[in-house]
Amino acid sequence: MDITFKNVTYIYQQNTPFAHKAIEDLSFHVESGSILAVIGHTGSGKSTLIQHLNGLSVPTEGEVSIGEYRLSKDHKLKDMKELRSRVGVVFQYPEHQLFEETVAKDIAFGPQNFDVPESEINRRIKEIIPAVGLPESILERSPFDLSGGQMRRVAIAGVLAVKPDVLVLDEPTAGLDPRGQKEIMDMFYKLHKEQGLTTVLVTHSMEDALKYADRILILNKGTKFMEGTPEEVFEQKEALQSVQLDVPESVQFLSKFEKRFGHAIPFQKQSVEEIAQTIQQIIKGAESR
Amino acid sequence: MNNALIIGQYVPGDSLVHRLDPRTKITIIFFFVFIVFLANNVASYGILTVFALASMFTSKVPIRFIIKGLTPVWFLIIFTFILHLFVTREGTVIAEFWIFKIYSGGLIQGIAISFRFFLLILVTSLLTLTTTPIEITDAIEDMLHPLKRFKFPVHELALMMSISLRFIPTLLQETDKISRAQASRGVDFKTGPVKERIKAIVPLLVPLFVSAFKRAEELAMAMEARGYQGGEGRTKLRELKIERRDIFIFILFAFVIAGLFMARTYS
Repeated sequence: MDITFKNVTYIYQQNTPFAHKAIEDLSFHVESGSILAVIGHTGSGKSTLIQHLNGLSVPTEGEVSIGEYRLSKDHKLKDMKELRSRVGVVFQYPEHQLFEETVAKDIAFGPQNFDVPESEINRRIKEIIPAVGLPESILERSPFDLSGGQMRRVAIAGVLAVKPDVLVLDEPTAGLDPRGQKEIMDMFYKLHKEQGLTTVLVTHSMEDALKYADRILILNKGTKFMEGTPEEVFEQKEALQSVQLDVPESVQFLSKFEKRFGHAIPFQKQSVEEIAQTIQQIIKGAESR
Repeated sequence: MNNALIIGQYVPGDSLVHRLDPRTKITIIFFFVFIVFLANNVASYGILTVFALASMFTSKVPIRFIIKGLTPVWFLIIFTFILHLFVTREGTVIAEFWIFKIYSGGLIQGIAISFRFFLLILVTSLLTLTTTPIEITDAIEDMLHPLKRFKFPVHELALMMSISLRFIPTLLQETDKISRAQASRGVDFKTGPVKERIKAIVPLLVPLFVSAFKRAEELAMAMEARGYQGGEGRTKLRELKIERRDIFIFILFAFVIAGLFMARTYS
């Protein structure tokens, strides 16, 4: 589903002395089937943006449209449930939302709320458990007996079991070990590709943004600071540093390489292996001369 | 997320009332509660009213906050008035309709008693409006100190109070977060039949309890790691000190009491 923000402004606690603008005049578009990475510091409006994606917040001004659903001040949905069944949100530290007696029941909770028939739920659970990298023996255990990483996977399975068309991920790898981080991100990427999802990924990791995103949106103090493909965004190192953001290590490496050896290698979203090959060719070229 | 969370109803300020030692305020209010019941004529009520209004104006708390503080008790005040009006059978009948007879004594009693109520609530809410919860906790700890002799765990009690106060905003934030997560999973907290809405509380309460217990455990561990072992020999960050203004207020209050006794009629 396409996602479009049109001049969205959101004010917390409007008409009180504590009124606070979280998002101001924000416009962007996410094409169906693509991945948008949202980057920004704490307080830049990332969490508020997420809440607009499934109607937890309705814009104070402007309009949000997700597929055929439109949300604005004057146009509220009669049934948020339908929208929420199509937009799955994995919040930060999703393991905090676990509450059922067994893992199976907790995963089934979301689909049950959205009136998915029992047999279909059981089928989905069987499908999702291996996809998130959990053994099937875990299903009858209490979610509170699991390790942090396993709890995270159960919570993610609970969101995926609803089979959303849009997946919203709010720092899904925060607090995991490096290997777990990679596994989880690869799993999301695989799902995204297989099921043709539209994904919004909020992250602090420039590496993840570079690796997975089709487009990057950089927020600063509730407004759009920059938007573009990873190549376009990470080219502007100085602008990024002016809002205390760094470019990915590979981009940093390329610019340092140019300074030291005088060879400019243009950044084209290459992997570490590809960069190594380019360097090898340069060295070979220098030797044969 | 950026909800401005206000615990209690404290209104920041720098007035004389704000700067008084919390113990002074608590003591004076304690005695005020008693002497309100000693007033029995216009003059004695007048003295109390002047005292209450004077403290209200020196506190510089905007009137609307005070009125807001009184809202939940208006009903009680009016109820008391009506009850006295109809039940008391003293003095002369001044009005009569259907089966009710209103006596002059009832009217006077009704006004007097509900006015007492009003004064009490005005003065006590002035305490919470001008004193932070943590100051009140400190004051209570200090004032209960003599009870230590009877093995009463004063310090522990105060610690419990300040920890609970500290965690109220944290828990509110947590509630907010979890309810958003569960709403995204299709829980409807706002509409639907009452039975369904009560059921919707379970997915909110369980994670909240789990995280509260986890937090408690972590806090206990962090305190032990830093060598906490109760109040024995601990110094304080916020020292309470009786200043000249506190003594001045006590003397003033003594005059109020003396004046009240002089104005009282003994029958």
